Amino acid sequence: MERLIRKGAEADIYLGELFGRKAILKIRKPKPYRQPDLDSGIRKRRTLHEASFLVDARKAGVSTPLVYFIDPDKAEIVMQYIKGKRLKEIISDSKQSDIDTLYSEVGRSIAKLHKDSIIHGDLTTSNFLVIKNDVLVFIDFGLAFSSQRLEDKAVDLHLMKEALTSAHSKVADKAFSKILEGYSEVAGVKMVKDLVKKVREIERRGRYTRVE
Amino acid sequence: MKKVFGIESTAHTFSCSLVSSIDGGVHGQILSDVRSIYTPPPGSGIHPREASRHHVEVAPKIVEQSLTQAGMAMDEVDAVSFSAGPGLGPCLRVGATVARSLALYYKKPLVPVNHAIGHIELAIMLTGAKDPIILLVSGGHTLITAFSFGRWRVFGETLDLTIGQLIDQFGREAGFSSPSGPKIEELAERSSNFIPLPYTVKGNDTSFSGILTSAKKLLQNGKDLESLCFSLQEIAFAMLAEVTERALAFTEKREVLLTGGVAANRRLQEMLSEVSKRHGAGFLVVPKEYSGDCGAQIAWTGLLAHLADISVEVEKSFVKQSWRLDRVDVKWRD
Repeated sequence: MERLIRKGAEADIYLGELFGRKAILKIRKPKPYRQPDLDSGIRKRRTLHEASFLVDARKAGVSTPLVYFIDPDKAEIVMQYIKGKRLKEIISDSKQSDIDTLYSEVGRSIAKLHKDSIIHGDLTTSNFLVIKNDVLVFIDFGLAFSSQRLEDKAVDLHLMKEALTSAHSKVADKAFSKILEGYSEVAGVKMVKDLVKKVREIERRGRYTRVE
Repeated sequence: MKKVFGIESTAHTFSCSLVSSIDGGVHGQILSDVRSIYTPPPGSGIHPREASRHHVEVAPKIVEQSLTQAGMAMDEVDAVSFSAGPGLGPCLRVGATVARSLALYYKKPLVPVNHAIGHIELAIMLTGAKDPIILLVSGGHTLITAFSFGRWRVFGETLDLTIGQLIDQFGREAGFSSPSGPKIEELAERSSNFIPLPYTVKGNDTSFSGILTSAKKLLQNGKDLESLCFSLQEIAFAMLAEVTERALAFTEKREVLLTGGVAANRRLQEMLSEVSKRHGAGFLVVPKEYSGDCGAQIAWTGLLAHLADISVEVEKSFVKQSWRLDRVDVKWRD
């Protein structure tokens, strides 16, 4: 009945039907290489987080798939099927100027989440779906958590930047500055300034400076 | 056939190596690789000044031995390469000083090498990897990288401690000498008692400071060392496996390559091999004897750089303590 449409790092995504509508079944399958207690804890926790933050994000004004059903013990979520392309594919297929507005929208949406204390935790270009080139849908909230700390928001932006510089190096700088522009429309210029400073600080930390 | 002399001195290891090229630089042959490792007293960490003092003492002997072992004189060498960073300033300067002197005296081009890229290039040469996603794990690095548009791009890295620092700093608390990886691995194998410790993954990035703090506290409170070693490995390596899997799924590469000093750990190898299998990717790991810091990584990368006409004037041959690998234009790859 269900058809496997994507084998992600964390979960397998199946396309099926629920009450005559197309629906997505997302299963976080056990990982045999992980210690069993650790594995089941991670899968259950992330399933619950994902379901609740998909709902919270909507309240914050960001589009996400509707959650139909969850089973934390099996680490399964059934949610709305969204017909769209991943941002990653759109970037590879487009010219920079064509999608400038999309980057600003990414920034505005991240700012809306942050304003409501939602940290996405996994901002990469695979975790946005784009419908008809302009509507943005956030997915994959398994690593999301609630926080108002500047540090956590900055790590979120650092992850976005890292995804851009690694996978889309040619457009990364321009794209990231557009994202920040969008972010400042919602959160203000001062906030963005503070965040950029923090992002730099975070980026310096993990680097060969302190071997004790 | 080109021959390049390489000097490694980023941290605890001072090592010299001679490498020659076969097939115009596609393959290399390691003619010698001689090392001397500074070991701090048990329970204490590496002190940059003490380590550099050690390097100064052993340098002449190591240079000579590596030439003798290769059966070659410095005249016959095409270039002298050295690890220019990232690393500990005082240690880096010893290697750089030796390299400059040799380059000046023998009139050879001087080739600066990024130490992290050294780990990567040597691992690729020794395993025959084609276009891998790489997990580089050591005392100085914890990052995931793949090559694209002329540079090694970082897909994920640690936000605080490296995996090597986590292992060594916990080992130090338990009274071991650094590097304490082998000792911790041995103790971990004797236990299957799982103690939860903080599991922190952010996107493709990791954070190990929570594990260190908790594990140290539990040890002070009398938890048994074997269970702690087991749990520390299980959790930290599962984090590394997860972020590697994320990057693998994202990039859709067909190979995973594990390198750096911690690559020698069998449990980590086992986990990554399962991750690779799940995504139908090949799994490669650097041979154990070349997983840690060594002259061969510098000599081989120096050779590739030399073939691409990369060199630096002695006056401008500064060491760079925090030289990121994604800042290096890798002219010898396309």
